[in-house]
Amino acid sequence: MSSITGVSVGDGLSDPSDGPDPGAGASTGTTGDRVFGGLAMGAGLLVVVVVALVGIFLLAQAIPAIGKDQINFLTSREWNAAGQRFGIAQLLWTTVVSSVVALLLAVPFSVGIALFLTHYAPAWLSRIGAVLIDLLAAVPSIVYGIWGIYVVAPKFTHVQNFLQDWLGWIPLFKAVPGVTGGATILMVSVVLAVMILPIITALSREVFAQTPVTHKEGALALGATRWEMIRTAVLPFGRPGVISASMLGLGRALGETVAVLFILTALPGGQRFTASLMNGGATFASQIAGDAPENQNNADAMGALIAAGLVLFILTFIVNAIARVIVERRREFSE
Amino acid sequence: MGKRIDVKDLNVFYGDFKAVEDVTMTIEPRSITAFIGPSGCGKSTFLRTLNRMHEVIPGGRVEGSVRLDDQDLYAPGVDAVGVRRTVGMVFQRPNPFPTMSIRDNVTAGLRLNGVKGKKLLEEKTEQSLRGANLWNEVKDRLGKPGAGLSGGQQQRLCIARAIAVEPQVLLMDEPCSALDPISTLAIEDLVTELKDRYTIVIVTHNMQQASRVSDKTAFFNLAATGKPGRLIEMNDTQKIFNNPEVSATEDYISGRFG
Amino acid sequence: MSTTNQGSSAAPAPAVDEALPDLDTGRSGGRALRNNAATVLVWLAFLIALIPLVWILWIVVSKGWHSVASMTWWQKDQSGALPPGFDTNIRGARHAIVGTVEIGLITSLIAIPIAVMTAIYLVEYGRSGGRTNARIARVVSFMVDILSGIPSIVAALFVFAVWVTTLQQQLVPICVALALTMLMIPVVTRSTEEMLKLVPNELREASYALGVPKWKTVVRVVLPTAISGIITGALLGLARVLGETAPWLFLTTYFQYLTYNPAASAGIASLPTLIYNQSGNISSPISADRVWGGALTLILLVLAINLLGRLIGRLTRVKR
Repeated sequence: MSSITGVSVGDGLSDPSDGPDPGAGASTGTTGDRVFGGLAMGAGLLVVVVVALVGIFLLAQAIPAIGKDQINFLTSREWNAAGQRFGIAQLLWTTVVSSVVALLLAVPFSVGIALFLTHYAPAWLSRIGAVLIDLLAAVPSIVYGIWGIYVVAPKFTHVQNFLQDWLGWIPLFKAVPGVTGGATILMVSVVLAVMILPIITALSREVFAQTPVTHKEGALALGATRWEMIRTAVLPFGRPGVISASMLGLGRALGETVAVLFILTALPGGQRFTASLMNGGATFASQIAGDAPENQNNADAMGALIAAGLVLFILTFIVNAIARVIVERRREFSE
Repeated sequence: MGKRIDVKDLNVFYGDFKAVEDVTMTIEPRSITAFIGPSGCGKSTFLRTLNRMHEVIPGGRVEGSVRLDDQDLYAPGVDAVGVRRTVGMVFQRPNPFPTMSIRDNVTAGLRLNGVKGKKLLEEKTEQSLRGANLWNEVKDRLGKPGAGLSGGQQQRLCIARAIAVEPQVLLMDEPCSALDPISTLAIEDLVTELKDRYTIVIVTHNMQQASRVSDKTAFFNLAATGKPGRLIEMNDTQKIFNNPEVSATEDYISGRFG
Repeated sequence: MSTTNQGSSAAPAPAVDEALPDLDTGRSGGRALRNNAATVLVWLAFLIALIPLVWILWIVVSKGWHSVASMTWWQKDQSGALPPGFDTNIRGARHAIVGTVEIGLITSLIAIPIAVMTAIYLVEYGRSGGRTNARIARVVSFMVDILSGIPSIVAALFVFAVWVTTLQQQLVPICVALALTMLMIPVVTRSTEEMLKLVPNELREASYALGVPKWKTVVRVVLPTAISGIITGALLGLARVLGETAPWLFLTTYFQYLTYNPAASAGIASLPTLIYNQSGNISSPISADRVWGGALTLILLVLAINLLGRLIGRLTRVKR
């Protein structure tokens, strides 16, 4: 049977007395094609291998480290990498809570800005506005860190005091003794929200702009106001895009290192657990970055950090995979 | 120059879909053969199998044989890339390379296949552009981008580019469908001149064009949408247009369908 | 369309003719109010989002500009700060600028070829190279997405796990470049992929029809047509990874003086680590100058590369 190579059943009929191939003489580049195609595939496979190796290496070095752990890796809140007593419970809590709160803060703004840029702003402002929001993404994370801790935190203290005074009866806003100066999870969430805002905005803007004109005109023709048109046509159309954009933003927030390292107050060991956003602590990324420099020659301590890194990798992998699945499904749907 | 094409029992597939069924025909050297028929009847698909361009589309394959004089284009060991140097092609929409000058467009096929020598390339440029009736219009701006020409000029540039590699056969897939009437006329004149040196196959939707330029005409049709296209009738153009043997051909030519 | 009228108190039924009276009476108060409220809210969202941007830029420029405006900043390194007894007042950042640019260049040299070839595989082979290639391309594409989601600290951990723990090598500045490469590849792959998809198929066909082999078609026809977009994407990718700090913190020691050899030196300076190193002592005016000067320089560098990328994209775009 013939195949995609184009070799046909007529091959057998070919006369042995045939002249040379039509292409004989000139180089037809078969070798070049094989080399170049091989290089291209090689580059692609390299990416696959690297991602696989990340998983394999982290796993291979995390497992023995967890074996040496003197406390429960998953449920303990204590983190002392050098002392071989490390549990991720507190890190996981701080990482997830700070990122989720950041997401909750960022998404409404991002959607609003994306709607503004696609459906409200005059053309000139829409273009400039998009550039300005993109500028937020060009600010390096360490600059967010120093801005957050040295400029915003002193002012944010007042906001936190206000929240503690008036909403302190809600566990989320309860004052935590010893954590002052605005260097709290809530503050980190605010800064993370600013950092992921441009990503979510850019992707949301893209999907909103793709809303079919027929959907929009259909709504307007029924006498809908602009807001009703957006609610009935633009938002439903853009929902999967906004969700996957949010997932990508969440992934970014979970892995953010240096801004968190700068801002968040490190907690002394042995603190009681509190669900309050007014607490300090560390995320996976900030704990790893904070511990690494002094433990580089301590293989056991590095093992603990690698174990924490593995959990972070799995966390971001899941979040990004969800985003990818949503995008894929949407693509199938629209094609 | 100019070779005979013998097609025998050719079926064309895209994946599992049979696009063209059971075509057998002979195309005479140094003549113009026109393929006509309604949209989707497989005439363009069939044309692409004459220089194995159908293989560019994923899943494209054929059964049957195509011979260029004595050479089976689909024999094992025959490289599609080599086939395409012998059987050139001009497309529906003019597609000069946007990054190249007029001169570089003409010699693209030569240069990309490793032909060197400034003088040789210069000669080839002039010769091919003259061959495509474009020399006088562009000789003063050979260094300018090919995309800056008018549509008709671009198409003649593409013809010059195709003949610069000295093919035996020139396939043209609706070369005038994107052009205005005056440019169309210029291309038709050119095609008639090129007949002396090349075997030319032209797919067209324009029946006047087929009757004006071609020696032979092949009419393709399909039974229904989703069914493979077939060759219904092939004969001298005069005969096809004045006294076709199959009633479907007459229906199509007289405008009763299609 | 039943939700169309949800905001209306005057037209409870969704039928079209029921909505008609609205035309006569004007929009009912509730609907108009909601519409206006939405307009105000989206404007507010935009304006509030500008606050951090303006705030950050204002702080960094106002606190950093006098460092950056002095020649010393660009000409001298920080040496003299240690050991004590030397001039401790040198506000130079040449070492950090050189280190950042040098590692950035090495990162680009490794990442761009891999990323461009990966994109070529995805577009030129994955789309039209048969079923096996299509299947492999889907896996590659998924992995590119996963790679783009890997936090920089995880990339740094991975390089450490390979280089130090497994290969038992000393950390050298190249390690930073390797971690940054992992972060840069997915960005450049995606942008290159988009650019290659924009190249019309007709050009590929024209080239094939001339008997040009596929690889030459890609190298001589497709890439030149897409090159400006590819360069833009590469520069945007570079700008993105130059703002990273974690790999520097993790994989190299901050040096306060100029070093060049990225393969042998035990450490290297960079703008992020200059900021990090000096921020611990920010109450001293000289450290504060270095911190904010470093921040401004880093922003300027990132913005300059960004702008250069967009400019190249605009100026060299092939007209069709």
